[in-house]
Amino acid sequence: MSLAELLQYLVTGVTVGSVYGLVALGFTIIYNATGIINFAQGEFVVLGGLIFYSLYVAAHLPLVAALVLAVAAVALIGVLMERLTIRPLINSPVVTLIIITVGVSVLLRGAAKLIWGPEALPVPPFSGEHSLFVGSVAVHLQYLWVLGLTVLAVVGLRLFFDHTIVGKAMQACAINSEAAQLAGISVSRMVQGSFALSAALSALAGIVICPITLASYDGGALLALKGFCGTIIGGLGNGLGAVMGGVIIGILEKLGIGFAPQGYAGYQDAFAFVVLLLMLFIRPSGLFGRQRTEGI
Amino acid sequence: MSAERKREILGFAVAVAIVAALPVVTRSAYWLSIGVFIALHGIVAIGLGLLLGYAGQVSLGQAAFYGMGAYGSAILTLHLGCNPWLAMGAAAVATGLIAYVIGVPTLKLHGHYLAMATLGIGIIVRILFNEGGHITGGPSGLPAVPNLAIGGFAFDNDLRMYCLAWPIVFLQVVFSRNLLRSRLGRALRAIHDSEIAARSCAINTAKAKVMVFVLSAVYASVAGSLYAHWVNFVNPHPFSFPFSLELVVMVMVGGAASIWGPLIGAAALTIIDQSLLQLGHVFPIAEDLDIVLFGIIVVLVLLFMPRGLVRGLSSQEAERRAG
Amino acid sequence: MRCPYPRLLIASCIVGLAVALVVGGGCAKPQPQQVPGGPPKVGEMPVPQPAGEPIKVGAIFSVTGPGAPLGEPEKFAAEMIEDAVNKAGGINGRPLKIIIEDDQTEEAKAVLAAKKLIEQDKVCAIVGPTMSGTTLAIVDSCQKAEVPLFSCAASAKITHPVKKWVFSSAQTDVLAVQRIVEYLKQQGTKRAAIICDSNAFGQSGAEQLRKQLGEAGIQIVDEEKFATKDTDMTAQLTKIKAQNPEVIICWGTNPGPAIIAKNMKSLGITAQLINSHGVANQKFIELAGDAAEGVILPCGKLLVADELPDSDPQKATLLKFRKDYEAFTGKPVNTFAGHAFDSLQMVLQAIRKAGDDRAAIRDALEQTKDFVGITGVFNLSPEDHNGLTKDAFALVVIKNGTWTQVK
Repeated sequence: MSLAELLQYLVTGVTVGSVYGLVALGFTIIYNATGIINFAQGEFVVLGGLIFYSLYVAAHLPLVAALVLAVAAVALIGVLMERLTIRPLINSPVVTLIIITVGVSVLLRGAAKLIWGPEALPVPPFSGEHSLFVGSVAVHLQYLWVLGLTVLAVVGLRLFFDHTIVGKAMQACAINSEAAQLAGISVSRMVQGSFALSAALSALAGIVICPITLASYDGGALLALKGFCGTIIGGLGNGLGAVMGGVIIGILEKLGIGFAPQGYAGYQDAFAFVVLLLMLFIRPSGLFGRQRTEGI
Repeated sequence: MSAERKREILGFAVAVAIVAALPVVTRSAYWLSIGVFIALHGIVAIGLGLLLGYAGQVSLGQAAFYGMGAYGSAILTLHLGCNPWLAMGAAAVATGLIAYVIGVPTLKLHGHYLAMATLGIGIIVRILFNEGGHITGGPSGLPAVPNLAIGGFAFDNDLRMYCLAWPIVFLQVVFSRNLLRSRLGRALRAIHDSEIAARSCAINTAKAKVMVFVLSAVYASVAGSLYAHWVNFVNPHPFSFPFSLELVVMVMVGGAASIWGPLIGAAALTIIDQSLLQLGHVFPIAEDLDIVLFGIIVVLVLLFMPRGLVRGLSSQEAERRAG
Repeated sequence: MRCPYPRLLIASCIVGLAVALVVGGGCAKPQPQQVPGGPPKVGEMPVPQPAGEPIKVGAIFSVTGPGAPLGEPEKFAAEMIEDAVNKAGGINGRPLKIIIEDDQTEEAKAVLAAKKLIEQDKVCAIVGPTMSGTTLAIVDSCQKAEVPLFSCAASAKITHPVKKWVFSSAQTDVLAVQRIVEYLKQQGTKRAAIICDSNAFGQSGAEQLRKQLGEAGIQIVDEEKFATKDTDMTAQLTKIKAQNPEVIICWGTNPGPAIIAKNMKSLGITAQLINSHGVANQKFIELAGDAAEGVILPCGKLLVADELPDSDPQKATLLKFRKDYEAFTGKPVNTFAGHAFDSLQMVLQAIRKAGDDRAAIRDALEQTKDFVGITGVFNLSPEDHNGLTKDAFALVVIKNGTWTQVK
């Protein structure tokens, strides 16, 4: 394998991986606030892409306006989901809440199919259908958008959590919700905020990647599963770890395709999950997680 | 005989009566097939219910165990000329072993690690079915799986299959009930309430959980074998992740805290699903809405009966009596 | 229940509704429209109204789930035919009723749908299902119940070996690959790479490609796979690029092949891309955009109907079907709708001939000769329940966003 080929796998892997990473971060935010694994995360990704399609392609809105509006719309859907389905049950067993997210995902997917139809929809790349060539390594301009926006989102989130009152309050809730409540933080408002934030991040992931992957009503499931793998590999509950986990999955997956012997290419999707299993068996707290002690 | 025992026997008798009544009322292959599917999904769901309701663990890969049973039966009968009953047994043993290997490391840990591991296993197994080449028939599957038969009597139509599947369900209900009354059952309930407390009472919690997990996998495998010998065709698609989730939804909707809950959940979801599909013929406007409505119904049931239909209904009844 | 944020809730409901309206308005689902000019006129005579007990034909399509892009047009085609037949006086004077079931692309649901159609609705024949998996799952039910099944799916396993009650109207991969290999031999191609979907359609194509390319002495330098829902195939294509093939043959249905065309362009791969008949629809061009230019694929003649010589037996049928379908649905025609059209029309022709007895329909179907359909000219026989030849395929190249025949 030539160096150029190897670099090509890495470039693609990091790009696709950062999308997994954004989704993984979305999982983590909701998990930290509520302990729920949100199975509607993939639908947030899909809705991001589809609403963006309607605004940008069908309604000819300018790029930035369409992007912001689509992210905001999906964040609202996240808020509504929390308000209507999670909050009334917040004292129920976690498993019930997880299954209710499955119900919501079925509902959202059905609605998306009704509105946008069963076929994929094309979204033009933000800077045209061009690639930069570094040697013989091709870097699609959209890749730069994906990477740039991912970095922006992660850094922005970091600043938000570390330097704003709301961000700190959300972190406090994630660490110990009862203590946070005693300190005068409205936990339920923070849970709502976490759904908004998580939905917004997933929508962003869906928007930046859809010029490469096309937007379709059922395209989110696989992305969400890979993102979920990233969450676990990074250590469930660790935000930055989740992003790294997503990127690692992306890179391993593309390298896996590159190194697979002839005739074994069909196993590429198993790759992420084999890594997941190894991780669970060898180091269940994830690469960047800490072992937890359990209480009665 | 205690009142509880009386109620239990009465419940069992009612269930048997309902199931036995269906073939008397109708011989339509459609209704009987719905009955068979409820039985198959019920078998898997009851196992999953034990795991969820008594060991407090979720499996997100139960469809894979269902698939292992189906593929095990298909491969052994078609490629090795195995007797279908033997194939069914062998597939169940193999599935149980695989579940054991997964269960031992993950169930030692606290938290939902089993869920994550089974999610991964489920997807990997589905890919193996798809990439199995000649052995699994690849993505287009294996047709012409033989029927189960006793002597010359083949279970080759819906009525016969119905009469085979439901006694298996009832056997399973009795077996599971007795299991819960055993030492293992008491251990499980202790774990469900507090794992550490259970451990300090010298209960081998990991072993108890692994046992239930293996049992649930074996149940799923048996149901899968029945599927393969009835539909006479297996392909990878029915055994993928969405079906694993659907099974968990069945358990939650029915209620995981009783043996009957998952079975009722399987029945409720199958019937709701079919009714919604048929609703489209009556009201054209509902035609495209069936999936959305299905999602709404699941969400509403969980919102208003978070413990599932069985617990939800019986607690309402209790309230009414109290009031 | 106390509502802590009534204002927020109401505000978000309003905004959500507004978004839904904008979005919904932007891409509202086209409703089936009336065929302009009213019902088809038969010699300008008033058409007798169909009367009596309706003739019931069942149909199972994957209207939702992963098969929806195929199943939805099939459903539209069936609805269009029911409408047209009844306006033209029905079948043998009786109204036609097509009962369409959605199997949601799930095998178990297909089994239930088949049993419902057979036992509850007592249909005299079933058209569909859409996919190979769902078809094979109900083959046994139809065989046992002795109901004719006319599938719209392409897997060779459906009609090979021949099953007494089962027919299929889709071209098998054997014929599509033959057409491609014929072309490659003309071009003197030596090195090919293949990249196929890991689903049933892609893998049965891959199998044929391996076999027929091997027989033609064309070397397969690399073989890659992608999953149906994969979103980026750059890695597979990088690997292929390193082997430097002259042509890349891709086997799958939308959107995978469109993503591959785009990925190839962004990687700067110049090899000729050849696709399967699985993407022979306008959607592929729409999705792949500029990257679709120059792509070669075998397809039914539907897409190049205008270019066909007037002597072509299918030309009139194709043009009429396209016009009717587009008027009825407001959407561009595609080959999947054509499969449903062919299956259903052959079943209806058999009913006209033999009445609504299941066995008689089956026997009449097997005698179908020179049926001019959308996919090709069908000649069914006891040995061949598909009845197409490789002439059913035209080889087309995409130029300026439209299809031209490769001469």
